[in-house]
Amino acid sequence: MSANLSAIFYLASGVLFILALRGLSSPETSRQGNFFGILGMAIAITVTFLSVGSFSSGLIYVLIFLLVGGLIGAFIAYKIPMTAMPELVAGFHSLVGLSAVFVAISAFLNPEAFNLGSVGAIKLASLIEMSIGAAVGAITFSGSIIAFLKLQGIMSGSPITFKGQHFLNALLLISILIFTYLLCSSQSSNFFWILIAVSFLIGFLLIIPIGGADMPVVISMLNSYSGWAAAGIGFTLENTALIITGALVGSSGAILSYIMCKGMNRSFFNVILGGFGATEQSASTGNKEQRPVKSGNAEDAAFLMKNASSVIIVPGYGMAVAQAQHALREMVDKLKKNDIKVTYAIHPVAGRMPGHMNVLLAEANVPYDEVFELEEINNDFANADVAFVIGANDVTNPIAKTDPQSPIYGMPVLDVEKCKSVLFVKRSLSPGYAGIDNELFYKDNTLMLFADAKKMTEDITKNL
Amino acid sequence: MEIDPFIFRLSIFILSIFIGYYVVWSVTPSLHTPLMSVTNAISSVIIVGAIIAGLAGSTDNVFTISNILGFLAISLAAINIFGGFLVTQRMLQMYKKKKKDK
Repeated sequence: MSANLSAIFYLASGVLFILALRGLSSPETSRQGNFFGILGMAIAITVTFLSVGSFSSGLIYVLIFLLVGGLIGAFIAYKIPMTAMPELVAGFHSLVGLSAVFVAISAFLNPEAFNLGSVGAIKLASLIEMSIGAAVGAITFSGSIIAFLKLQGIMSGSPITFKGQHFLNALLLISILIFTYLLCSSQSSNFFWILIAVSFLIGFLLIIPIGGADMPVVISMLNSYSGWAAAGIGFTLENTALIITGALVGSSGAILSYIMCKGMNRSFFNVILGGFGATEQSASTGNKEQRPVKSGNAEDAAFLMKNASSVIIVPGYGMAVAQAQHALREMVDKLKKNDIKVTYAIHPVAGRMPGHMNVLLAEANVPYDEVFELEEINNDFANADVAFVIGANDVTNPIAKTDPQSPIYGMPVLDVEKCKSVLFVKRSLSPGYAGIDNELFYKDNTLMLFADAKKMTEDITKNL
Repeated sequence: MEIDPFIFRLSIFILSIFIGYYVVWSVTPSLHTPLMSVTNAISSVIIVGAIIAGLAGSTDNVFTISNILGFLAISLAAINIFGGFLVTQRMLQMYKKKKKDK
């Protein structure tokens, strides 16, 4: 196949990828969008095989590895529980990063196959592009592995910090530029290996200081990195499909990071520099003055809800941990039978990744037109009878609106306290991620339900 | 004077960032998780580089380091492509509207 013809096909698959993202503007068009994405990928892969033309006996191995990877991927996709979606996405990011590194090394060792010159005399522009692709890919890989371990619970979610951390990171970043320069001027492969090794280290160091609840930002950021890595490789291979895709994914991840940061009223750098929540925790244990709270049981909660005419449900990460989404849905079904209006309110950073709660509710068959974002629903709390907070904490804390001293001051929160009564399902009175007490616990109209989220929801359902 | 082809690729890149910016802002927040999984899948189009690397070289020796890295990259990218698109499909199928049969 001629180079021009394959370039046109690559362009077509790039356009199909744009349509795939475009489809996600509403759930109705999203499935069609996904189909466009699959079509674009099929075109890109077929065209690559055709453009190589003369097949060496390597073809059989290429097909075998393609098949093995495909089967593993399909198996994971069918088996993975929806609550594990953040870990899965982090894991997938690491694979994109690692394959970018592999492709870059491969191109470096065998530049003839990619039309980049010959060993020891690789074109300058290609060397730079390769270095960018390999470095960003390596950062994405090791960063995603850490994010994966933290989300999976293998590694503690609390931030790991040490003295001189930021200085070391800055130093390593500068050294990457120096090694790229040395690589370009000497063509020596040693600098290429060092460059990749340092990048792996940076990815690792960059993510360890970031705490569990900041994961939505981290995942989005790594999503963005995987895109830039792909774009870097796209320039090396002079491939339009890769360049377009890399740019799309890169900006997509960047926008998601921005939305997540705004949801926490923190700057991107504040999140990336990490350590949030580590210092406050020790402070909060100091002034443990016991304030009275009202606590109740499932019967009290059921009674309150039965007599309500509208209920707003506020889910958070705790719901995911307790796997309470199905139990919640059953409770809501019963409420609806009694002609009680039920809606769901989702805070942008609820859960461990963007849109985490929405997927879980969708899994439990909650229609998406009953689920609302913060801005859409925040005014409704004042008119609602009961707010049912399940697994959320900091995102409902009214202190974010009143106390400029608070670390979460200015963060947009759900106005749960404006409801006539608040039911707060929580295992204990312990403070949330940010290490601060939730004022909501001590309000007169709040009834604390101390129990596991799933168990409590089931008990309430029985009493309805 | 001729324009370096690099400039054309750079133009595509820059314009694509803008397209991405506007397209992603129009994605509804409830679909942000599927957005991440589908971007994952499409960024694995990096597999085209892996295929080129895997098919390169002479017939008598298909196991140079460059080839092997190509094979491995193919597997990794394929996990992502199949896993990413299928899990997105699975998620999107769950998003349903309220039934009107009340």
